[in-house]
Amino acid sequence: MPSNRMDTGGRIDRDRPLNFTFNGRRLQGFAGDTLASALLANRVRLTARSFKYHRPRGIIGAGVEEPSTLVELLGDDASGNRPATTVPLRDGLIAKSVNCWPSPGFDLGAINQLIGRFIPAGFYYKTFKWPGWHLYEPTIRKAAGLAAAPAAPPEQGHFENRFAHCDLLIAGAGPAGLMAASTAGRAGLRVMIADEATEAGGSLLNRRLTIGGTPALGWVKAVVDELATLPNVTHLQNATVWAYREHNYLMVNERAPDNPSLLERNWRVRAGQVICATGAIERMLVFGNNDRPGVMLASAAQTYVNRYGVRPGQRAVVFTNNNSAYAVAADLTAAGITVAAIIDSRTDVPEEARTLVEDVDVLAGHVVTGARGARQVRGVTIAPVDGGASRQITCDLLAHSGGWNPAVHLWSQSRGNLRYDDTLTSFLPDQAAQDATSVGATNGQMTLADALGSGARAGADAAGITMPDIPTSADLIYAVTPLWRVEQGRDKAFLDIQNDVTVDDVHLALREGYDNVEHVKRYTTGGMGIDQGKTGNINIIGTVAMQQGAPLEELGTTTFRSPYTPVSFGAIGGLREDSVVLPYRHTPLTAWNIKNGAFMYESGARWRRPGYFPQPGESFQETVNRECRIVRNGVGVYDGSPLGTFEFKGRDVGRFLDHIYTNIMSTLKPGHGRYGLMLSDDGLIIDDGVALRLSEHRWIVSTSTGHADAMNSHFEELLQTQFPDWNVFVTTVTSQWNNATICGPLARDVMQALGTDIDISPAALPFMGFADGHVAGIPARLVRVSFTGELSFEVNVAPRHLPALWDKIMTAGAPFGIAPIGSEANHVLRVEKGFLSLGHEVDGTVDPYDLGLGWAMSKKKTDYLGKHAVAIRRSGTTNRRELVGILPEPDQMIPEGAPLTPGGERKPTEGLVTACVYSTVHDRWVGLALLENGHSRHGETVRARLKDKVIAARVTPPIHYDAAGERLRS
Amino acid sequence: MMNIPCPFCGSRNEAEFAFGGPVKPDRPDPNTVSEGEWVAYLTQVPNPLGPVQERWWHVKGCGMWLTIWRDTRTHDIVEGPADAE
Ligand SMILES: [Zn+2]
Repeated sequence: MPSNRMDTGGRIDRDRPLNFTFNGRRLQGFAGDTLASALLANRVRLTARSFKYHRPRGIIGAGVEEPSTLVELLGDDASGNRPATTVPLRDGLIAKSVNCWPSPGFDLGAINQLIGRFIPAGFYYKTFKWPGWHLYEPTIRKAAGLAAAPAAPPEQGHFENRFAHCDLLIAGAGPAGLMAASTAGRAGLRVMIADEATEAGGSLLNRRLTIGGTPALGWVKAVVDELATLPNVTHLQNATVWAYREHNYLMVNERAPDNPSLLERNWRVRAGQVICATGAIERMLVFGNNDRPGVMLASAAQTYVNRYGVRPGQRAVVFTNNNSAYAVAADLTAAGITVAAIIDSRTDVPEEARTLVEDVDVLAGHVVTGARGARQVRGVTIAPVDGGASRQITCDLLAHSGGWNPAVHLWSQSRGNLRYDDTLTSFLPDQAAQDATSVGATNGQMTLADALGSGARAGADAAGITMPDIPTSADLIYAVTPLWRVEQGRDKAFLDIQNDVTVDDVHLALREGYDNVEHVKRYTTGGMGIDQGKTGNINIIGTVAMQQGAPLEELGTTTFRSPYTPVSFGAIGGLREDSVVLPYRHTPLTAWNIKNGAFMYESGARWRRPGYFPQPGESFQETVNRECRIVRNGVGVYDGSPLGTFEFKGRDVGRFLDHIYTNIMSTLKPGHGRYGLMLSDDGLIIDDGVALRLSEHRWIVSTSTGHADAMNSHFEELLQTQFPDWNVFVTTVTSQWNNATICGPLARDVMQALGTDIDISPAALPFMGFADGHVAGIPARLVRVSFTGELSFEVNVAPRHLPALWDKIMTAGAPFGIAPIGSEANHVLRVEKGFLSLGHEVDGTVDPYDLGLGWAMSKKKTDYLGKHAVAIRRSGTTNRRELVGILPEPDQMIPEGAPLTPGGERKPTEGLVTACVYSTVHDRWVGLALLENGHSRHGETVRARLKDKVIAARVTPPIHYDAAGERLRS
Repeated sequence: MMNIPCPFCGSRNEAEFAFGGPVKPDRPDPNTVSEGEWVAYLTQVPNPLGPVQERWWHVKGCGMWLTIWRDTRTHDIVEGPADAE
């Protein structure tokens, strides 16, 4: 099989061949390869089709900058849109190109090339706008053909998150980063250094340089080995610092960490200081057909020969506007590639560059006006930069360099300023916004000596020590003359390879008035996508600058946002139980409930509760009806533990409760309870519940289940910020007190059968009374509250006793036909009684008067939360929606939330149905509703307007059962 | 994620706190201010582009409500709680 692999050299292991599959072809590479280097070694040059025009594409870069070859990995590695240059090769890897079907060689979408001139920038926005872009989007996205998301998470392995703190986080382990790490590490700082590549060294891996007179990679190894011995240093490779947030909080995505069961680990790092040593990214030159397979970044060609031992071509032309490509030409020559010519757009080539390649033909003051060849570059057309006769040179590799962009992404994410540097013709870090510095190429220090020096300086400054000695090194001086685009030639010249954005597209955007770089980006999509324009953005800005005659520093850059490179959702999510963000809450009875056939679901505040307990053969409605009849006619029991419970202690509790409840609580006698309403200061009902006065300065306040957390916040905020001098202490005791609530006309009989040392006669323990003692031998607080309208005993015990109490209740209650009751029956029972439910009858529009609870609004108190707001809201208002009962006629269910409209016509609503349940007491459907002026409309007929029909209902008082309240007081 | 100084616990991740909103003026006596002043107190919340005094509740920590000055443009905590280090 023909191969581009060199016999020696590179950081690959020729003794470890790895088999892989690409677009169905079985191929072989070596350990140390990326997918891209292995493809080039196998002479696979056509690796992709472009996004919009489906043009043939090859491999352009060698790292995260790769704009062209995106692959979808299958099998165990399932993931999409991965640049082939960042996929480490492993045995059994299966990859396929995105953007083409069935293969890059025979691609049906390539028809778009023929109609290319009809799909300019903004084409989709202009064409697919009626009736809405969203109608067309799915089809267009599919045609655009980025990879599909994997159907399921990987079967093997998992993701995790880890928090870390350090004195110093260094992003990048190139020469500057390593120098900073060793300096600060030796000084004892807690250092974390993270680098995106599979091994440390940064640009040194790709180049042939010396440090201290020996190959630079020897120095790298020595530093890495020393860092490994320092317990205060954490060194991560294959780990990208992808986000820089406020307060020096950074995200590091570590791939294939040192744990076989882990796929990825996302570190969340709080760093004292940060050093950005993220290097620089080479930018493309812009000329006709600069996207043909075989047209490659010069640094990438250099990387393939030096790091991977792969010749990306046999006969190369190098096209440049700066010095760095001369070192590339030298390395290509050393690797056995014929460099036919160096085309340099500068008229004066610095001597130090030229001496590197004395045998190579250098054509100064020339440009490549176009690449020839379709599926593979076959040559270039060149011409003098200021016009003149063109000629052609044959080649199969065009290595080009438009200069270097410092990788300021992280710096910019930290909100650090950028400034345009005329000498480097790039944007550089300027003022820091957080405790951060930048070093090496990130900071425009383009030579190895400057990188080592700036790294050492930053490391020493961070540690507060003097500057260490810097090892000697030699490197070519960097010098560049900008060439934003080649103006000659008529072929498509790409600014953004990944999004198929050409010079013409940018010109069109400018003509149509999108003259801000952010607008140009959005209109043309230039700089978006997987690579976020790492190789092309500044050329877009340069093209805008040329067209507008404005300097780049005035145009500025588009905003850099995280992530720096794509991060899998799995890594962000980390390890989570099941599919919930927050864990569920359970009472000690969950196991019993499940064992006894409960249908469990969440019923507010993440509590898992039994909805109903179906018996074999029972329908949902039959089950609920049975449970309701049991409570109305016999005795039932339910687990009321999730109800929010708070203990208040202190001399000023009465005063505080008078402030937060609408009614007066401070007059309550110890041993008694009282129902109350709580409002926000702007007059909304936020909760209702019962307060029990245990003793002079000790109270229990219960809140609704769903609002317990919010009420805790409410109490604490008031006490800590408004009444810090008041003697009130609040403790959440929801999980310290659990309860079983026995309810029904036979409840007292069950209590007696259980045995209690508390006098439970109606006179001794009346409704709203409570007493401490024992129930069935278990220490308990017995409370006479009722949420069902029946005689009820709420038996409160410590959680550890609840299962035992429950079993005893079941045993003692068996002769009375006791049964467990779920939330559904509870809902029916409270609707029959006209008891409120927050979120049903209580929304942001009703006040206590509307609900018939005006009696709870104290007239005596001059001030309490919400008093004045309710008065203001009510003053001058008419047509308030008031709580009523409804009886559907003919008898049928009306869906909850159904609107009531005048006459059932298509008119503005006059109310809504808040609940509608089947009442076993009345053997018919009953409901509650909020209705305009409802209190004065009892007896009228209203109509609920549904999509397919109108249902009439008679208006009644809101209490359908035991209006006098005799049963719950019995 | 911000790093918020709790006087009781030290600097902790924002995820441990619940946002309590900007600090409003002291609650006036509703019986002595005009209706307009009362409505303004209830409904108008400080909203500066720049430092704002606001409350955070260390709900997943010590339970303390604390007050900081945060620059809404940068997230910089320009002044911490009185008792924080
Ligand atoms: Zn705290």
